[in-house]
Amino acid sequence: MRDWRYWLAEQRGTLLAFGIFIVMFAIYSGNHPAGFTANVVQTAANKGVLLAFVAMAQTLVVITAGIDLSVGMIFTLTNCMASWLVIGTGLETAFGVLAVLGTGLICGAVNGAIVIYGRLQPIVATIATGAVFFGLALLLRPVPGGSVNEDLADFLTGRFFGVVPASLVALLVIVLVVWVPFSRSEFGRAAYAAGSSETAAYMSGVPIRRGKFLAYTLAGLLAAIGGLFLTFFTYTGEAAYASGNAYTLFSIAAVVLGGVSLFGGKGSAIGAIFGALAFRTIGDLLFVFDFDPLWQPLFQGVILLIAVSLGAFALFRVRNRLEWFL
Amino acid sequence: MSETTIGGIAGRMPKFLRRADPAVVTAFACIVILLLLGSLYSRSFLSPEYLLQQLKVASFLGVIATGMMLVILLGQIDLSVPWSVATGAMMACAAAAYGSVGVALAIPFGVLCGVAIGLVNGIGVAYLRIPSMIITLATNAVAQGLMVVYTGGFSPQDSATAAMRYLATGFTIPGVPNAVIIWALIGAAMVFVLTRTSFGRAVYGIGNRERAAYLSGIDTRRIVLIAFAVSGGLSAFGGVLLAGYASKAAQSMGDAYLLPSIAAVVLGGTSILGGRGSYLGTVAGVILITLLQSILSVMQMPEAGRQIIYGVVIVAMLLLYGRAPASR
Repeated sequence: MRDWRYWLAEQRGTLLAFGIFIVMFAIYSGNHPAGFTANVVQTAANKGVLLAFVAMAQTLVVITAGIDLSVGMIFTLTNCMASWLVIGTGLETAFGVLAVLGTGLICGAVNGAIVIYGRLQPIVATIATGAVFFGLALLLRPVPGGSVNEDLADFLTGRFFGVVPASLVALLVIVLVVWVPFSRSEFGRAAYAAGSSETAAYMSGVPIRRGKFLAYTLAGLLAAIGGLFLTFFTYTGEAAYASGNAYTLFSIAAVVLGGVSLFGGKGSAIGAIFGALAFRTIGDLLFVFDFDPLWQPLFQGVILLIAVSLGAFALFRVRNRLEWFL
Repeated sequence: MSETTIGGIAGRMPKFLRRADPAVVTAFACIVILLLLGSLYSRSFLSPEYLLQQLKVASFLGVIATGMMLVILLGQIDLSVPWSVATGAMMACAAAAYGSVGVALAIPFGVLCGVAIGLVNGIGVAYLRIPSMIITLATNAVAQGLMVVYTGGFSPQDSATAAMRYLATGFTIPGVPNAVIIWALIGAAMVFVLTRTSFGRAVYGIGNRERAAYLSGIDTRRIVLIAFAVSGGLSAFGGVLLAGYASKAAQSMGDAYLLPSIAAVVLGGTSILGGRGSYLGTVAGVILITLLQSILSVMQMPEAGRQIIYGVVIVAMLLLYGRAPASR
């Protein structure tokens, strides 16, 4: 009878993110010159999906109480790689996609191995591996360029039946294929348990190491899917340091907006997806209200600052001052 | 088990080495190895001019890493370094455009802007209990946004004042660049604060266990706030020096200092979890990073290769001695 209350309490962050997104998108499409049309939705979806993939990647790692500051660089690296490989006949393109996704898996596995088996702190380790990934991206694309199989790209960035944005369908498929099985598996539970209390999880015989390793590895894969889609949207590869960094930063913002606890053990990738879509919509609000694009970085920064400060409200509920310190 | 082997080797070493932190010794050993490798490549590598030049370049990183170390000792991290550096540089140069008063106040104004960023970080971390990694990323984004609006997205046209150039490139003592003297002064002040003042003890205490520090009567929130403000101020001061060195500010001038400053502190044996580390280690880390960068650029390694080697070296060195203890 009271099951739904537990469910509600568990999903509060996700539902909040969903609510924010709906409100923001209503304001956005309501004020858009073209109104709420399939075209507007498609453009918004294509932009939002990129961040959604990277935010999903970040979520997997954040759930284990870690952080991956290299997701943006994996995203950039796979973008550069896809601009070389995802081209040619159907078979060649398929091989290219597999190679790109495999690269993402390897990048994630390297992060996981260094953090879990090398016992380094995730912040420092992933900043350093991020430098390596960016170096590799620069090696592949010293100058922006390359091309992609445009049939596939147009198919995945277009619309199904003239209405449904294909990129949203792709996002849904990835959620069903990667996130749902992971979060319901033994290893997914281990990742949650490790983030919640590593010692307790260890004492209960939960396979925390394998759970965390899988989380980091899948994060690499999801970032690579994001990189692949970036290539589909832009038709080129570019090793841009600033854009890689921005995606890392925005992924953290999206995760926070999506109700995922940065202390680990709480939240879901679904929430992060809505967090990402909401964050993108907020950033685009400036355009429909005709502001100078110069203000966009400041606006996004302020939104980020407010979003992370919202978490501080929990402090008002603290009765014992010692609970300030975790 | 490993401790007994270290003790066994250390027993046969001179006293000063026995007392030293193994991480600091390793870092200094790596510096010597790098110098030897470099001298194999080019004879001028060991010349005093080259070494002084390296020290001068290292001093910019040294100033920034000093602030970073203070924050890391608390068990926090300051990811707002890139735009604190750029803000300090740009605001100092901007102030210089306002007549003689502006020129006189350029350096303090730049540093104050950094302190302001640091204060926001500190309030977020200490009073709102936001994880430092997040709030500093956010203030970094806000500072970037402010600077983009201010400069219109281009590098500002204002140039550095004579005083800034003198601090960064001049010579007060013949043969010793001013930047090196400044780093030495800031470093000495930091060592004094960390080892001889109650503030320093409180920093180590909070880094070890904030709850215990609070219960022993330390106003932990004030200490954390001050530490972040100092870190922001030092980052901005590093930016001021850099602007003096290049004689103007640039959009992304701070980007190249985030990873190196964290790496320098951590390679110097300061625990990223806080509460443990010495300034000598940070000095070693800064010199190590600078030499590594210098050797890679002397070898005319392209940017891509530099990033890769850089990341690999940092991971490798941390795996050597920066590992967390095997849990449980």
